[in-house]
Amino acid sequence: MLEIKGLHVSVAGIEILRGIDLSVRAGEVHAIMGPNGSGKSTLAQVLAGHPAYTVAAGTATYDGKDLLALKPEERARDGVFLAFQYPVEIRGITNSYFLRSAVNALRKHRGQEELDPLDFLQVLEEKLKAIGWDDTLMNRPVNEGFSGGEKKRNEILQLAVLEPRLAILDETDSGLDIDALKTVAHAVNKLRAPDRAFVIVTHYQRLLNYITPDVVHVLADGRIVKSGGPELAHELEAKGYDWLRAGAMVS
Amino acid sequence: MTSIEAQVQQPYKYGFVTDIESDVVPPGLNEDVVRLISAKKGEPAWMVDWRLKAYRNWLKMEEPHWPNVKYGPIDYQAISYYAAPKKLPKLESLDQVDPKLVATFEKLGIPIEEQKRLTGVAVDAVFDSVSVATTFQAELAKYGVIFCPISQAIREHPELVQKYLGTVVPYNDNFFAALNSAVFTDGSFVYVPKGVRCPMELSTYFRINASSTGQFERTLIIADEGSYVSYLEGCSAPMRDENQLHAAVVELVALDNATIKYSTIQNWYPGDEEGKGGIYNFVTKRGKCAGKNSKVSWTQVETGSAITWKYPGCILQGDNSIGEFYSVAVTTRRQQADTGTKMIHLGKNTRSTIVSKGISGGHGQNTYRGLVKIMKGAEGARNYSQCDSMLIGDQCGAHTFPYIDVRNSSAIMEHEASTSKIGEDQIFYLRQRGLSAEDAVSMIVNGFCKEVFKELPMEFAVEATRLLGISLEGSVG
Repeated sequence: MLEIKGLHVSVAGIEILRGIDLSVRAGEVHAIMGPNGSGKSTLAQVLAGHPAYTVAAGTATYDGKDLLALKPEERARDGVFLAFQYPVEIRGITNSYFLRSAVNALRKHRGQEELDPLDFLQVLEEKLKAIGWDDTLMNRPVNEGFSGGEKKRNEILQLAVLEPRLAILDETDSGLDIDALKTVAHAVNKLRAPDRAFVIVTHYQRLLNYITPDVVHVLADGRIVKSGGPELAHELEAKGYDWLRAGAMVS
Repeated sequence: MTSIEAQVQQPYKYGFVTDIESDVVPPGLNEDVVRLISAKKGEPAWMVDWRLKAYRNWLKMEEPHWPNVKYGPIDYQAISYYAAPKKLPKLESLDQVDPKLVATFEKLGIPIEEQKRLTGVAVDAVFDSVSVATTFQAELAKYGVIFCPISQAIREHPELVQKYLGTVVPYNDNFFAALNSAVFTDGSFVYVPKGVRCPMELSTYFRINASSTGQFERTLIIADEGSYVSYLEGCSAPMRDENQLHAAVVELVALDNATIKYSTIQNWYPGDEEGKGGIYNFVTKRGKCAGKNSKVSWTQVETGSAITWKYPGCILQGDNSIGEFYSVAVTTRRQQADTGTKMIHLGKNTRSTIVSKGISGGHGQNTYRGLVKIMKGAEGARNYSQCDSMLIGDQCGAHTFPYIDVRNSSAIMEHEASTSKIGEDQIFYLRQRGLSAEDAVSMIVNGFCKEVFKELPMEFAVEATRLLGISLEGSVG
């Protein structure tokens, strides 16, 4: 589904990613771990098409398409979703209006009829029920006055409603207490599907106690320095990142 | 230019010129010109005397330069003070309106033909210095509502005009109001009798067409005891290299238990990217809550004009009266706006609300200037003010000058202000959810202006949001 080869990315003239190779198949959950400043969030942002990042070399293919040639909204409409580390606030626009606009942008792209507010409410209720959440966030302005936990929950709620094929979670666990973490992890597990892939960017192993990944990658200094099964996450928790970072220097 | 900036730099859609034969008075201003305008309107002696009094006062006054706007000197002798299409019908027979005029208003989205009229909205269409059509006059007359060009009111309802004209904005109020009082040409007159709720929205559409002319309209709205009226004005002008002066006066009078809701969608030509051309919009608008429990509510959406200088205000004279001001002012290109409101509390338990939203893009300069004055006798007065500025790009500016003058210690005043910037991160967030860059900007601006747009009459809220190139938020949620 996603094939990244030799990806070099810089922001404001500084090279952050220095040759990433990554292959993600439908139905898989990949965890990207690594120390602060290793380039994890850059990878997430560049896959979603943030304009501040410049691709210097390499390719990223998504469902056979050149992902990097697409505008951010085209990627979204083709099923690429980024759960933001820092979701922005949009004043005066309710969450439900925002989400309906997003759903309709996707439906329009697929040649489906747009949903009116009543139809949308029905769809929304189904999706919320599937992950066991209520609609308390829906009538508030987008992320405005939300707690850190509510913002992250709102991202996963959008994921549930927009049903992407490739979901990228950028440090969704940061700032969550243990109960919120479990709630979010539970929802993500419910959303795992054979035709959907997850790329989960995280600094800590604790999220992976609740979401079991198929593959764990360690990113250090802009490169993937080690990949392995779920047990790699536990090893990192015990040993930290430094032993791998030293390895990155020599390779 | 970033993608965000490109969004706000939309081309002006109403810049066409109607090729029509006009009766234009040569440029220049003196007592003869004042008399000539009055004669063309067929006015009685008291009116021409009032005009001349205003003119003589104006000669002694100086153009104000305290607003936070910059422009070259205005040559008042180079302006023509009267222009009217030659083929004018008698106002009773709308079907005789010059087809070119009908087509012009149609192009502007203001149908004045019998069959195509907007349902539920009566329109007075003003072209340069004259009203060319007023719809639904007969229908409104059934309710005792008078809605007609002010020139017609001066002839047919002199007792009402004489009683109220200049009582809210005196002929010597300020430089531009004095000029308007001397040379005003057309505008609308509304009288709603006691206890009548005006059955439809009233609106006036102002169109400047002739070159080198100014437009000096005058509007007077009187809501008698216990009545209600909602009125809306819209305006546009051709794209011209010269600056054209628009100096209007609007007076509102609300008697006991009456409510006047006055909405403006202002879209005068703003000038080009370099700041060449555009309308100078120097306007005095004031409402008087003369009676107890009366209410005057101003809502304005200002997107046009090279320079805007206006402070629609309320004199809260009656006890328990209410003044409101909701404003969205947009400045892009080289536009400058110095706008806000004045709330003068005289009566007991008077309340005022101010919500101002300034949006600046391009090289636009946006200034909010507001005065809240609580006089000695205004026991228990309350004011709530909120001023929000939004910046798009880094070449524009937002300025806020709130003045507060409280002379009664029982007053309760609240003031909130904020400044924000549309960031690439906000746009990116919305694009990542599948919205185009245009829709993303629209959604952010729409949300920012929501508190003001919800005050507009339904029929015009759509127009306002379209004007800003943004889509209206759905009713659910």
